[in-house]
This record gives sequence, C-alpha cells and structure tokens, in this order.
Amino acid sequence: MAVSRRGFMAAAASAPVLMTVQEAMAQGVAPRRGGTLQMMLTPEPPVLQIGVNQQGPTLAAAPKIFQGLLTFSPTLEPQPVLAKSWTISPDGKEYVFTLQENVKWHDGQPFTADDVVFSIMKFHMELSPRARAIFSLIETCEAKDPLTVRIVLKQAFQPFLLMFDATAAAIVAKHLFDGQDYRTAPAVQRLVGTGPFKLTEWQRGNFVRMDRNETYWKPGQPYLDTIIYRIIPDSQSRRLALESGQVLLSQSSDIEPFDIPQLRQRPNLEVETKGWEYFSPLSWIELNHRVKPLDDARVRRAMSMAIDRNFIVNRLWFGVGKPATGPVASTTRFFDANAKIAAFNVQQANALLDQAGYPRNAQGVRFTLKHIPLPYGEIWTRLSEYLRQAMRNVGIALELESTDAGSWARRVGNWEYETTINFVYQFGDPTLGVERTYVSTNIQKVTFTNTGGYANPQVDALFQQARAAAAAADRARAFSEVQRILVEDVPQIWLMELSFPTVYDKKVRNVITTGLGVSKSFDDVFIAG
Amino acid sequence: MDPSRLPGFLLRRGVKAAVVILAIVVCNFLLIHAAPGDPASVIAGQSGAADERFLAQLRQQFGLDQPLHVQLWIYLKGVLTLDLGFSHRQQMPVWTLIRERLPATLLLTGAAFAFAVAAGVTLGTLAARRVGTWADSIITVIALTFYATPLFWVGLMLVLFFSVWLEWLPSFGMATVGVELHGIDAVLDVAKHLLLPALTLGLFYLAVYARLTRATMLEVADQDFVKTARAKGVPEGQVVRRHILRNALLPVITFAGIQAGQLIGGSILVETVFAWPGIGRLAFDALLARDYAVLLGVFFCTSVMVVGFNLVTDLLYAVVDPRVEVEG
Repeated sequence: MAVSRRGFMAAAASAPVLMTVQEAMAQGVAPRRGGTLQMMLTPEPPVLQIGVNQQGPTLAAAPKIFQGLLTFSPTLEPQPVLAKSWTISPDGKEYVFTLQENVKWHDGQPFTADDVVFSIMKFHMELSPRARAIFSLIETCEAKDPLTVRIVLKQAFQPFLLMFDATAAAIVAKHLFDGQDYRTAPAVQRLVGTGPFKLTEWQRGNFVRMDRNETYWKPGQPYLDTIIYRIIPDSQSRRLALESGQVLLSQSSDIEPFDIPQLRQRPNLEVETKGWEYFSPLSWIELNHRVKPLDDARVRRAMSMAIDRNFIVNRLWFGVGKPATGPVASTTRFFDANAKIAAFNVQQANALLDQAGYPRNAQGVRFTLKHIPLPYGEIWTRLSEYLRQAMRNVGIALELESTDAGSWARRVGNWEYETTINFVYQFGDPTLGVERTYVSTNIQKVTFTNTGGYANPQVDALFQQARAAAAAADRARAFSEVQRILVEDVPQIWLMELSFPTVYDKKVRNVITTGLGVSKSFDDVFIAG
Repeated sequence: MDPSRLPGFLLRRGVKAAVVILAIVVCNFLLIHAAPGDPASVIAGQSGAADERFLAQLRQQFGLDQPLHVQLWIYLKGVLTLDLGFSHRQQMPVWTLIRERLPATLLLTGAAFAFAVAAGVTLGTLAARRVGTWADSIITVIALTFYATPLFWVGLMLVLFFSVWLEWLPSFGMATVGVELHGIDAVLDVAKHLLLPALTLGLFYLAVYARLTRATMLEVADQDFVKTARAKGVPEGQVVRRHILRNALLPVITFAGIQAGQLIGGSILVETVFAWPGIGRLAFDALLARDYAVLLGVFFCTSVMVVGFNLVTDLLYAVVDPRVEVEG
C-alpha cells in the first residue's frame, strides 16, 4: 500500500497563506496589498531564464516568475507549490504528484502535467548538469492525467524530492520550448512562468522590473504591485542606497560583511542571516592533492589546526555564519555533530609538522605554497590575508596570487593551482552537494567536481552506500561513518558555514520564511503601511 | 586651407584609418583570447554545478571549439560587413547591447565634456589674465586638487555631501524607476541624476583644460604680435579673445580631440560608483565574463570614434589657424 500523504498535505496546501496571515497578525499587521519593493541584484545576470542560467542572482530573482513543484522549510521539509500533494511508494521508487488546479502560464495557456514532464525529462535534462545527474535515475515519467504526474525511478533515491524546488527544476512552458534549441528560444528573452510576477521591463545595467500577475493561482496574492531590482555595481553605493531608503532590501553578497555592524545599529533595518538552509554554502581551503606535501594527511590536519575559525567568523564576517566542523554543514540533512575536526591549536600543529618530517629552515619556513584568493569581493581577499598569517605561525609560507573570476574558474577547473578558496552549495543532502567533492569517480577537469583529486576507496564505498540505500537510517549510518573518516583525513580544509545577510526595512514583511531565503516567489511579501 | 585638396586628403586619411582599425581589431582579438579562461568556464564557475558535457555544449554554442584562426576569420568577416557578432552569454546581438547603452553614455560623457571644456577654458583664461593674483592662485590650487584626486573618491564625497547629508540629489541610477514621469518632469528627473556623475567626471578634465589654457595663454601673451596689437590700440578684451586665446587654443583642441574620442568608451569608475548604465560597465562586465564579442564590439566602436575624431581635430586646426596645412 502506498503511503498516503494526501490528508496531511491537503491541510498543508493552504498552510503558507495561513501562516502568512497568522504571522502578520502576531505583529499586529494584516497583509497590505499594493506598493513597489525596490531591491538590488548583484551581479546582473545575463539571462533570467532559469535552467539556461543557474547563477546565484538568477536563482534569487527568477523564482518570482517561475515555480517548482515544491519548496522547502528551514528544516528542509517539503512544502507544496505547483504540486498540491504527493505520494511515495514504500520501496521509494514511485512518486505521484497531484498538481494545483487552475494554474495558468503568463501567456494565458493552462499549466498541465505535460509541462512538468517536459521540464523534467527534456528541458532540465538537456541544460542542467545538476538535474541531469539525478533525473537520469528516472525510468518513466508520465502524465497520467492533466493534473497527475507519475515518476518511477530505476532505484530508490531518498533525496529525490529536494530536486523539485524552483531553483533546482523550475517548471517551464512546454508550448514555448518544445522542438527548439532551449538556449536560444525566443522565450528565453520573453519569460513566461506561472509565478506571482511577470517580467515587464529589463534595462540592462540599470534595472529589472516585474509586475503583479493578475491571474496568479493563489487568490488575493501577490500583495506587492511591483518588484524592481536595481543594478548597482559598487558595494559602497549599494550600502548607501539601502541606508538612504532608495532600496528596501539587500540580499546575498550585496552588502560586504564588514558593513553589517553599522547596519545592525540602524533602528529601521532588520539584519537576517537565516534562509540559507537549503543551499548551505560551505567554504574551505581547496587543496590540490597532486602538489606535495598536500597529499600527506598529517600536513592537511596540521594546516587545519593552525586556523582560528572563530576569528574568521567574528572578526572577518562579523558574526554572519558559523565555524565549520566538518564536510557537512549543520543545516544539511545527516549532519553528525560528533564528527568534528581537531580544534585550533598552533602548538600541536607545529608538532605534527615536525613529526611528519617538514623541519623549519633558517628563515623559519617549512615549505611554500601558492594561494589564489577567491576573486568575489574584498572579504575573500581579507580571508586569504588572515590565512597567510595563520600559516606563517606554523612555518608555512602562503604566496598570494591575485586573479579574476574567469582565470580562477579556468585554473581550478584545469587543476592548475596549489591552494585556493572555494565555497560550494550542499543542496540539503550530502548525496546532492557533498559527495561530489570527495569521491574519486568525480575527479574531473571541471569546477565543483573533485578537482582536488582526493581518492579514498572507503569514502567512495560509503558515499555509494548512502546514495543507494532507501531507508534514512541506513543512509545516516553511512554518512556518519564517512564524516568520521573525512574529519581525520581533511581532504579540504573546511572554514565556515556561510550565510549571506538579508538586510531589509522593517516595514517589509514575510521576507524569510523558507529554507531558500530570498529565492522564493515573494507572493506573501508585503510592505506594511 | 585650399578646399580643392580636401577630397584627396579625406581619401588618403580614410584608407589609413581603415588599415589602423583593422590592425586594432586583430590585436584586440588576439589579446582577449590570450587572457586565461573562457566564457564557458566562467559560466561553469558561477553555476554551482557543472560537468564535462555542460562545458562542451557551451563551447560549441559559443563557437569556441573552432581553431583560433577560424574564429578570427569569422569575426573579421563580420566586422567588414558591419556585423559585430552575437553575445551568446546574453543571447543578444552585440550591436543591440551597445545601442541600448549609447544614450546613457553619450549623455554622461557629453555633459561632462561640455562642462569641462567651457568651465576649464574660462577658468584658465581668468587665471592667465590675473596671473600672480589671489584669483590665479585659487584657480590653480583648485585645478591641481581635482587633477590629483581619484575620481571615485570625488564621486563618493559628492554623494555623501549632496545625497546623504543634504538629501538633495539621488545617489545612483539614471532616472527614478517605478514612477511614471512625463515631459519636463522626466527631463528634470534625469538632470538631477546626471548632475553628480557628470560633475565627478568633468572635474578632472576641467583641471586639465584650465591648466593647459593658462599655460599656453601666458606663453602666447609674451609674443611680439600681441605687443603689436596692444601698441596699435586694440582694446584689451579683443586682444585676449582674438589674438591670445585663439592662438592658445591649439593644444586645447588637441586634448579635446583625444577626450572626444573617448566619449563612447564611457568611464568605468564613474559608472560604477553612480550605477550609471553606460558602455564602460558593459565592457568591464564583459571582460570579467570573457564575453569576447561584446568586448571586441565596444573596442571597435571606441577605436572608430578615436580615429574619426583625430580626423576632425586635424581639420579643426586648419579652421582655427589658417597657417596649418592639412596633410595626408
């Protein structure tokens, strides 16, 4: 018998609306219709068609236009969006989604199960490396009727539902893409989604404007009339725009962390660091294991012990984020709090390096490593400068080489680096976002694979076990074991569980309500009068 | 200048210009491709997930899987038919992207240019007329200050003063977005947004023009024909305008010619600080994203402008100073 979630989900289907009202009532304000929300988008994305472009700014803005079948709570529980309910068979292979009724595309065409099948099996399968890796496990995907989609997997895959958020697999209109080159179809410029806002104007280098979708399927929503994203390239100008009230909301890396303390003191602004639970970006020193002596686990462990992560979090990021304790972020499923990297201890780090046979020379240097700071803003340069200092304390000379984003991606992708900084999204489940960095089967000349070249058969086997197991308990066991091995082996030197502050005027309500932060539809966001 | 020589002059210069522009296009193309990284790896690096097939698909779509000389040949053929190519990253023709940014760029650089020339030459003339007095000292100090101060700092200080402290002017953008404005209101709105960036960009050039005008005017003022003019009783105002200033203008025109050539290149710094949607930012973003076609397109337009204005400058010399002969 199939495990039915229909009863539960029927109640939950209306939950977002209810929660909004309740939350608003608790603050003494009923949702107010109307108003324009000005925000910022940095850097300006080249196209906003999700799938064709998967950059951070696109994932933040495009979910206002496009929706997925589901979204996720801060604890990563699935919540209904275009799917109003779903069932999973006991063997974990069959998924049946029941779709919302009366949903229309922005061009007036009805939204049906065919659009869902097309989006999964053709659109994202062709365009998105992330979706391709998961959706290739699908044996059949069919529209049983216009409002029912049935998917059968070749084998059970427990994190499957996590792939149905708008940021992972937004549903696109079949009638606008089928039979065309998806990257160059006219619809890429004239976006058509099911979301609460329609793209109405985009002056490149200036602003993106979205207006209310009058035929949105949630009655009475969205509350906002208009959303405007301003393109402001300079971080200090962005801070000024926020402080002077010219924009009401900043997101992801709009504001540099070192500007946060001053913004916290402004009585009209709220600084929120939640809303990154689904992505859970984890930063680390990316080591190239092909460079000696980085192939030596003792050296990697010693380097990790030489770093004061509390300093990084408190002095560089001003308390936005958390020190990393291992390869899995604490907000990701199957995080094991017992598997922890060795604590900050310069003396022990020095002893370990002595033991490993890397004595200091006359200048006090054991060996020299090249290091490429991450070219994504001032804060990353500051981090690398701190690391140079920390490594000097244990006799390792870090030589900083500056570069730009294009060269960084090329050099990491081609393994032409010794050490650098990287941060990688975990996507809620270690199989989706963690495994790729450590298994030897994923050593590729492409960024965000196992570019470091770490290989450990035991680690490979455990990740494979966790991937294939249908039961959460079995997966948890494998993940705990692999976390215990990795914190001893330190294939990459984890630094911080990143969080990006969302700073907004307190009259903007319901900003962060899910585990996806600002990457949500904003159909429940309103500006209190 | 003998007008009958003009067609021959223009023809010879036109051929030279075409060769120069072609050489610039080839050099730019090779230089840009020598930079490490390509658009596909940039997109992969920004997408949070990638695989080999993803990279191969992008490179094929962008035409990067062709050998370099084939890519160069395709590009040259395009340029010769005035087709600047297609930005695969932004899914738009390059010319459309540049054209969208042209009005904003020309408005900003044109306003700054006019302001700098008018105010600079006036201040320089004033300083030269009152050389050694307090007025001269003040003008010289102001000019030196603006000449030596970094543009972005001037910009930020102006914003702090006029936008944050006085709250008179907006701190960024080109117009108020999200409000419907018509007629005179719309013009005033853009003017308000334009004031600070144009001032920031203009102040530096103002300093250059003021110093240049002052120096050459002092030099010309000592020459014999000026003394003669005064001796025969020409009124002082006419001496300054007709005899000194006109002869002192040649170096100013040279410099103005150079600056005019850069008009459509925009100014990356000012556009960045004031979030002005101009061509400078388009080029800078294209560089970071390795969007080769856009970058080459901007370079092409800029080099055409520079070559064109050099020609205009040469012709202007002959107008201002009839002794100058135009030569191919």
